[in-house]
Amino acid sequence: MDFLPHTAKDIEDMLSRLDKAELEELFEPVPQGLRLRRDLAVPEALDEVSLRAHAVELAGRSLGTDRLICFAGGGAYDHHVPAAVSALASRAEFTTSYTPYQAELSQGVLQALFEFQTLVCELFAMDVANASLYDGANALVEAVNLAVRATGRERVVVGSTVHPHYRDVLGTYTSGLGLDIETVAFDPSRGLIDWGAVDGAGAAALVVASPNFFGALEDVSEAAARAHPCGGLVIAVTDPTSMGVLAAPGHRGADVAVAEGQALGSPLAYGGPYVGLFATSERLVRHVPGRIAGETTDRDGRRAFVLTLQAREQHIRRARASSNVCTNQTLIALAAAVHLCWLGPSGLARLGEVCVRRTAYAAQRLAEIPGCRVRFPGPHFKELVLKLPSAADEIAPGLARRGYLAGPALGRWYKGLADCLLVAVTERRTRADIDGLAEALENELAQ
Amino acid sequence: MSENSGRLDGRAKESGRLGGSLQSSAGTRSPADFPVVFELSCPGRRAWSLPEAGVDGPTLEELLPEAHRRKKPPSLPELSELDLVRHYTRLSQRNWAIDVGAYPLGSCTMKYNPKLSEEIASLPGFRDLHPFEDDELVQGGLDLLGTLERALCEATGMARMTFQPAAGAQGELTGLLIMRAFHAARSDTRRRVIIPDSAHGTNPASVTLAGFQAHETPSDERGLVDLDALRGALADDVAGLMLTNPNTLGLFERDIAEIAAAVHEAGGLLYYDGANFNSIVGLVRPADMGFDIVHLNLHKTFATPHGGGGPGSGPLGVVERLAPFLPAPVLDWDEGSERWRWDHDRPQSIGRIHSFHGNFGINVRAYCYLRSLGPEGLRQVAERAVLNANYLRALIEQAFPTAYPGPCMHEFVCSAARLRKLGVRATDVCKRLIDFGFHPPTIYFPLVVEEALMVEPTETESKETLDALAAALNQIADEAESDPELLRAAPVSTPVRRPDEARAARRLRVRWTPAVTGGGRSQP
Repeated sequence: MDFLPHTAKDIEDMLSRLDKAELEELFEPVPQGLRLRRDLAVPEALDEVSLRAHAVELAGRSLGTDRLICFAGGGAYDHHVPAAVSALASRAEFTTSYTPYQAELSQGVLQALFEFQTLVCELFAMDVANASLYDGANALVEAVNLAVRATGRERVVVGSTVHPHYRDVLGTYTSGLGLDIETVAFDPSRGLIDWGAVDGAGAAALVVASPNFFGALEDVSEAAARAHPCGGLVIAVTDPTSMGVLAAPGHRGADVAVAEGQALGSPLAYGGPYVGLFATSERLVRHVPGRIAGETTDRDGRRAFVLTLQAREQHIRRARASSNVCTNQTLIALAAAVHLCWLGPSGLARLGEVCVRRTAYAAQRLAEIPGCRVRFPGPHFKELVLKLPSAADEIAPGLARRGYLAGPALGRWYKGLADCLLVAVTERRTRADIDGLAEALENELAQ
Repeated sequence: MSENSGRLDGRAKESGRLGGSLQSSAGTRSPADFPVVFELSCPGRRAWSLPEAGVDGPTLEELLPEAHRRKKPPSLPELSELDLVRHYTRLSQRNWAIDVGAYPLGSCTMKYNPKLSEEIASLPGFRDLHPFEDDELVQGGLDLLGTLERALCEATGMARMTFQPAAGAQGELTGLLIMRAFHAARSDTRRRVIIPDSAHGTNPASVTLAGFQAHETPSDERGLVDLDALRGALADDVAGLMLTNPNTLGLFERDIAEIAAAVHEAGGLLYYDGANFNSIVGLVRPADMGFDIVHLNLHKTFATPHGGGGPGSGPLGVVERLAPFLPAPVLDWDEGSERWRWDHDRPQSIGRIHSFHGNFGINVRAYCYLRSLGPEGLRQVAERAVLNANYLRALIEQAFPTAYPGPCMHEFVCSAARLRKLGVRATDVCKRLIDFGFHPPTIYFPLVVEEALMVEPTETESKETLDALAAALNQIADEAESDPELLRAAPVSTPVRRPDEARAARRLRVRWTPAVTGGGRSQP
């Protein structure tokens, strides 16, 4: 099955207009010696009926959260995606358009991005937001790069409770830039960084996650108190679904707020496409990476939207751009915006309350299992660390066989937490689900 | 005189789709301003429907200490679900898209995105997989990725490929960091990466981000890399060369074998920017041209939807000797257990580049496209893309001469410089083209061509569409002579006309606020 409109006569007529006899002649500039003189060894073409059947069979060989009850977290969450969000974000007028270079033909996407930026600012209590980045890790990297540019410093202090993958990506991205990235250990009894003991001198930024990778709430204000007197910035990594109940980074002294936006309207999709949320204060706007939609007026005085401050960007500034990002995650940002509008302030507060209270219930219920306890005391937002009697990566597969997905096991990143498992509780997990997980775990451990 | 004499009336489109949506904007507001979602808000209204907590135990206030609690939820808009649906549906109607009409945006490969790929990507067995699930639970998804990797390696001649990069620019950075790691492993410090002056802006930006210095090399009178200048720039501090082939002028770098030999001789690596891979897929493999590192833009060549500016997917492939440096983990087939598994034990890896496994949902769509087309279909993609571009070029070349002679590949860059003496710019041509029902080409890029119009029709546009597009462009060229004001006044058919970009940057408004943007909710 191809998607080519050409009839044999079309090809003949078109070649004739070009004074060519064969398609081959169009490739005259390609040296003969470089050409592939055989078919690519890729699978043969399938018709639509066969391809669909094949795909259904392939999809059936994985067990997703449609068939397993999902308590897995670690930066990707099984939240409800409202039907209206899926329907609107899959409209072909959005999906089959591209970066809004021609503003007159792109007011839909441009305005949606302007609204998205406003929603992100409201969410985090910040002044300006960009039109999205690739994912949470990428948003953190770009925030660090902003801090390094804005302060002219190269020391960056990162909490060890920031998502381990984000820290890994940060290390990869900055490996060529010679930054001095320092990781601060957490208090093993509380699962939190003692930010009051961190030396902010000479630091471009302190990076603090709250809720952190363990679902615990860090003291962003304390980090700000250490960074600001020394002229450094605070970068807060947060969870957008918590913003109806938890204090916003902007209210706690953060200069840059970043987050993974998947929980707002995107399915798990094995890790992507997700969306990086990025917001900061107005004084740093010219250091912001990526696209920004701005309001202006048109020739007739009507409100209109355009991509603005493009002089920061790679297609203008090239080697001196504030970032190399070009294609971003617009459609996922749009889904997040629709989701936030669907929730409104009261829905976001309800979502947060359900997560916090059910997570507290899960903490209490799971701690009743002999040999198990909640590793770090609360408060938690929607995730907790459960200490098991033995290696967590050996128990999790057994839970999956009983129909429950939990994790990740933490030993991969934290040597002292090999017997610990992350457990995430979203609004999709009912009390009965939590009781079921507890029962399954108890049975698994008894085996 | 225009090649196609059928006269079109751009103004006839005035009552068309995009214009029409303006009339139907929120009834209570002035029709001049389409409402921002916050202006539709009514306190107390809601779309959401969520369960109660439904558990005993402490209240929220008891669970969250005062210092961590938000005093007042964020000021999100309050709408009914119907308000919400109408708002975003109307926004969608104020947007051009491939599904609406031709979109010959150069360098972007705006081809048809098959519907079946969308349907398949939403199957629960792909859509609902958690990135931390054990390999054992996601064998179907891994099989898809493994097969896609093999197929794309075959198409590029690379040995291994990573799917972590979420878009082309992230692939570029990944490739450059691999280049850096390769040299470092040989205790070789190399500082410069050479880039042609016609390159995409992401190339030099990625070079800087990777900690290298971008060294620009000029194009010659053919629009190709100036081989002598390149040879002059090569030295033992050159880490590599980044090249798009065909280049951004739509021209095949016919000296590529010599270029590759020269770069390799100087100890550098060759990076292939896959932005223009659509024109050679199935016909020429980057590895056979001498490239060591390749990124593909699956949202271009492999027909995944561009989503208004993303998500894309920018997988990065390398030759065998660079494979140890790929981002970890790498997907392997375990013969013993006959299972796919992620190999995290990669001591020479540059590290992760993405939070998880890249844009998996996009890779599923690319897989569907690949399986739809097969080997013959892929080759035909390139052939027809090149046919369409050359045909369209021929139809308009009198009015808009191409900057460089000879046949083009999948796109061509022509110039509107001839019209400048009439007071007409490339941007005026584009705005006028909108009134004829086409998305304009890319303009003012590449930078080496004055008043550049970069046109990429793609293989999925029919001859009739190309004929109509050419007729419109030729008529516009005539209008530039006879009535240039028509061009300067365009577009007339769109919801807004020529937004003031300078003003947007000068009086920065990048978020809605009631004070500066109007009076909040309009009263009925």
